Amino acid sequence: MYTEKVIEHFREPHNRGKMEDYSAIGKVGNIVCGDVMWLYIKVEKDNADRDIITDISWETFGCTAAIATSSMVSDLGKGKTLEEAIDVTNQDVASELGGLPPVKMHCSALAADALNEAIYAYMTEHGMEIPEALQKRHAHIAKEMAQLEERYAAFSGKDGEKPRGCET
Amino acid sequence: MMVMSNRIYLDNSATTPVASDVLHAMMPYFRDHPGNASSLHASGRSARSAVEGARQQVAEGLSVDSREIVFTSGATEADNLALLGTALRSTSGGHIITSKIEHDAVLHASQWLAARGYDVTALDVDEFGRVSADSVREALRPDTLLVSIMAGNNEIGTLQPIREIGELCREHGVLFHTDAVQAIGKVDLPMDVIDLLSASAHKFHGPKGVGFLFVRRGVKLTPMQHGGGHEGGRRSGTENVPGIVGLGAAIQLALQEREAVVDRMLGFRTRLIEEVLKLPGTRLNGHLTESLPHIANFSFQAIEGESLIMKLDEHDIAASTGSACSSPNLEPSHVLVALGVPLSMAHGSLRISTGRQTSNEDIDALLDALPIVVEELRAFSPFKVGG
Repeated sequence: MYTEKVIEHFREPHNRGKMEDYSAIGKVGNIVCGDVMWLYIKVEKDNADRDIITDISWETFGCTAAIATSSMVSDLGKGKTLEEAIDVTNQDVASELGGLPPVKMHCSALAADALNEAIYAYMTEHGMEIPEALQKRHAHIAKEMAQLEERYAAFSGKDGEKPRGCET
Repeated sequence: MMVMSNRIYLDNSATTPVASDVLHAMMPYFRDHPGNASSLHASGRSARSAVEGARQQVAEGLSVDSREIVFTSGATEADNLALLGTALRSTSGGHIITSKIEHDAVLHASQWLAARGYDVTALDVDEFGRVSADSVREALRPDTLLVSIMAGNNEIGTLQPIREIGELCREHGVLFHTDAVQAIGKVDLPMDVIDLLSASAHKFHGPKGVGFLFVRRGVKLTPMQHGGGHEGGRRSGTENVPGIVGLGAAIQLALQEREAVVDRMLGFRTRLIEEVLKLPGTRLNGHLTESLPHIANFSFQAIEGESLIMKLDEHDIAASTGSACSSPNLEPSHVLVALGVPLSMAHGSLRISTGRQTSNEDIDALLDALPIVVEELRAFSPFKVGG
């Protein structure tokens, strides 16, 4: 059901673990539905005064696909300028992994979302002008998180566990 | 595509390898005795005699009459026949009692009936997954047609008080069905208070695609499958002769060696529980003692179950999870949710299930690998253990 590439990234995930000196963090997912991803970015200026993502790492609670996509999105985002990294899509992550089973497509959505949210957090914090596309993505992610929390309110109410959504 | 199998197979609740004796018994019926059990000629008579021999083996195994055994394609069909077959005899709807931790075959069949005007009560379970006989008593109504409570749970192994529930049903003149898929050949079944019982051969080292429904004499069912009137008109369709022969051989084997196998399984389970619970952030899902001998279900904090299975697979170990990451709706296991397992742990479940072939070395290998993979996955989880 998983491609060799997915298994490869699951077995030896790239850029895993917490980052101490991060510039921004993107948190997406929800414990209720079973996938949570925190993605850390380190942003530095290059000689041409561009904002470069010089390092990415992540912490993920989730299935095989969630871990493989975390690994892949960290590869795809690393070394890109913020503007370039915004363009990394769910589709890119999935196709770089040779595809994902249909029921697992939400995992690739999570990975690109986490990167987007980290960039959004960085730009907001640094008073940068936020591109319209990113603005839209952020609004969309926030809406989805709200829907998810509403949908699983019964579950989360049950054991008094507040779903941990995207905290932006 | 041929893929290698795991060296260590600890997923026997999902399915078991066919025992050599069973395979041996089946082989002639694929080719040397090709007859249809309904045919008049010698080949047909040989097939019929094999089918009836197997029916006798099953009946003897359960201490019931061979006419009370209806062969099916497996337990899902048997469960559906039991629920739908009894419910549809009523033309004015009616009430069915079941539990929240039934197998999907019972759960979804009862939901199908609920969507068609039947009333269904799905009883709660306690933190160990036990249905109380009192809750059955309270749920009984004058129009209750059937009570269906599984003998032992497939995810967590918890045994239900089916003798008490069966006696209660008898007292109230209500039919009692039990899904005994995991329990058969492992624990005693109170056949004197059971009206309908489902089982499947591949859970006790028989072949896949064959099972049976025990139907107590006098219990009437509306058939679900119409055709040539096989199985006393209760289940039409040409008999799966090699499969049925395998089922008969498998049940005989299971009962012959039950004491020794169950003893080993209990030893494995005790050891697994002792060792796994030494790891931080773990819990046993199910009951410590009131359990099937071959199932142990654990939860691991901060880890998602499917990843755990895939990591164990790297160590050449096959196990499974009750977690729902494979289903599109992503809800955690309905069994663990019914037990009240916290969500952060309900996603991280691991079911270890042993079989007649399981060795001490298999358990050693699992216990060696488990702390390594748990540590590996926790190292990059955003959630911390003990928090």
